[in-house]
Amino acid sequence: MKFRGKITDIACLNHFTRVVTTISKLTKTCVLRLTPDHLFFILPGKVTNGGVGMWCQLLQANFFQEYQMEGVTSEVQEICLEVSPEPWSRALKTVQSAKSVKLKLTRKHCACVTVAAELPTLSSVGRVVTHDVPVDVIPRRLWQEFQEAGVPDFDVSVYLPPLKTMKSVVDRMKNLSNFLVMEANLNGDMNLKIQTDLVSVTTHFKDLGNPDGGPSQSRDPEVMAEVTVDIRKLQQFLMGQQVNPSKALCNIVHQNVVHLVLLHEDVSLQYFIPAVA
Amino acid sequence: MQCVVTGGNVKVLGKAIHSLSRIGDELYVEPQEDGLALRSVNSSRSAYACFLFAPLFFSRYAIPTGLNFRCKMAIKSVQSVFKSLATLEKTVEKCHIGLDEQKDRLTFTLHCKHGLLKTHNLSYQDSESLEAVFDKNSCANVFRAQPRVLVDTVVHFPTSLEEVTVTVSDERMWVRNHVEDEAERSKAMLTELCLAADEFDYFAVKAHYSITFCLKEFRGLLLFAESTGLPVSMYFDEPGSPVVLSVTDSVLEGNFVLATLSDNHDLHKIHIDSTQKVDIGDADQPHPPDDFMSDDMDAYLIAMDTSAAPGPSTADPPPPSLATFRKPPAPNYRTRTHSEEEEEDDGEEDPERPPDKKFRSLFFGSVLPPSSQMNTQPLTTQEVLASDSEDETEAE
Repeated sequence: MKFRGKITDIACLNHFTRVVTTISKLTKTCVLRLTPDHLFFILPGKVTNGGVGMWCQLLQANFFQEYQMEGVTSEVQEICLEVSPEPWSRALKTVQSAKSVKLKLTRKHCACVTVAAELPTLSSVGRVVTHDVPVDVIPRRLWQEFQEAGVPDFDVSVYLPPLKTMKSVVDRMKNLSNFLVMEANLNGDMNLKIQTDLVSVTTHFKDLGNPDGGPSQSRDPEVMAEVTVDIRKLQQFLMGQQVNPSKALCNIVHQNVVHLVLLHEDVSLQYFIPAVA
Repeated sequence: MQCVVTGGNVKVLGKAIHSLSRIGDELYVEPQEDGLALRSVNSSRSAYACFLFAPLFFSRYAIPTGLNFRCKMAIKSVQSVFKSLATLEKTVEKCHIGLDEQKDRLTFTLHCKHGLLKTHNLSYQDSESLEAVFDKNSCANVFRAQPRVLVDTVVHFPTSLEEVTVTVSDERMWVRNHVEDEAERSKAMLTELCLAADEFDYFAVKAHYSITFCLKEFRGLLLFAESTGLPVSMYFDEPGSPVVLSVTDSVLEGNFVLATLSDNHDLHKIHIDSTQKVDIGDADQPHPPDDFMSDDMDAYLIAMDTSAAPGPSTADPPPPSLATFRKPPAPNYRTRTHSEEEEEDDGEEDPERPPDKKFRSLFFGSVLPPSSQMNTQPLTTQEVLASDSEDETEAE
């Protein structure tokens, strides 16, 4: 099992750092799945996570100038590791001016992903900083969970309003209630609602647009599909977003799950928030 | 006493005070013939800092001859005089420091633009003298670097990191984070940075030592060095001996003396041979049986002199237990002996000292309770050094 990737382009380094930082804000640990063409940061939606699931897919060629990997066997060209993205994010943030950054799978006192950066200096010898971040290798029998979750049969698919706006709305609503109802219809309308004994607040978004290839056209465009979610999970998702995505949409399975999809350049991030029981 | 600081030096003074606040909670002020000394020490006596401002630093430095005055005050109150250094720089023209012995106050008067006068009356307490005894010139390894190099090094370490280990070879210096216990090792991120000799202004290694000390206090010095642009000199010896960091220019000298962990077994795999393997005979150690002793970890504190009046140090040989700790004790780490200090009034004892600390005249084991190992104090296996009036039988 080997992995070695090198980033020498500053913009790529910057972008990769932002992705890792976003992931680190969404979850404390996740699975890193490496294949010859992609990197995936996966959080399988389990009860232990409160049912929240995350799937982030990166095309390695868009980030790494050099990328070599050897999977766990010659047939299975994949590596699955359990990682904690926060130390990575910290390590990457301090080496933004590096001439090159290498990520490799190493074995020090335990299995580690080493981030090695060559920093520019005035001296003849480059300054090298290495960060060894411990990881856990995931046994193959557990890999089933990390195959791509199919997109659920959603009832409504709608484009999201600007994430910043959503975030400020949700932040304020969080002060009033722990649960928020997200509903949308095929007319491009979305509402965020909270209700307590004393007050109910609804924020209406209109003309958001619906992506093509959505669910059956036989559905009445006015009818809302709704999900009641834990507001903190939605807030956590919104807090982590650092860059405005080029595409942001939301698939709702009525009373079941909210599936948020963000596309930014070559990175796709999917986040599943289950309905509260 | 009347001191006046003008212009840009006000900011320098303020920066020095902020740096000292990273060490301890109290500021010790001692106007001396050779300048104004500002000192601080942390509660476990594992870090000490002193800034000496020469008379030329001040536009006016007048102390009555024979003034034997020493005081200490809460550093937070002095910091509040110099808060917001950016505004200070723009608005303060001069700072006048005066002593009012009747009322036990030090008055800081800031003369600002537009005729504005800000007067701060800060009460002080009398204190014993606080002066660490150290000799930079006898240290095996000496380095000097521009502050930028060191700041760029510590930026890679998280601010919550307690301790760093610095290892040197003839041409290189490695800095890495120190992970205390085994359990953490498998979870913690290990960061290591390598600096080449030519990044330093001066790099002289006589022995390939590896020392571990507290990063937070080191950052305190860098704070000052970076803003003044003064190069930082680093002096250290074998593990266990303190590391001394200095900044100097013609009108001021700042010294930070930080204790280092002494270890007698390899904690990490390091790149070069660690030459330090010291046999510590437990039986000889006069410490109480704390948990940390079973770890065989010891940390030595800098020699502290807390006698009330500076006097000539007597040439008493260091207590025998020191010899069992390590190779012949370096002659520089002497301190005043008990006999001299016993004459001091008991009342001189620093009231802030936790009651369970026992004092000896030289390096000796920490008496901090084992649970304190888990607290945020970095080198909890520190020992408090010089006692001024403790029971002599405690001595080795």
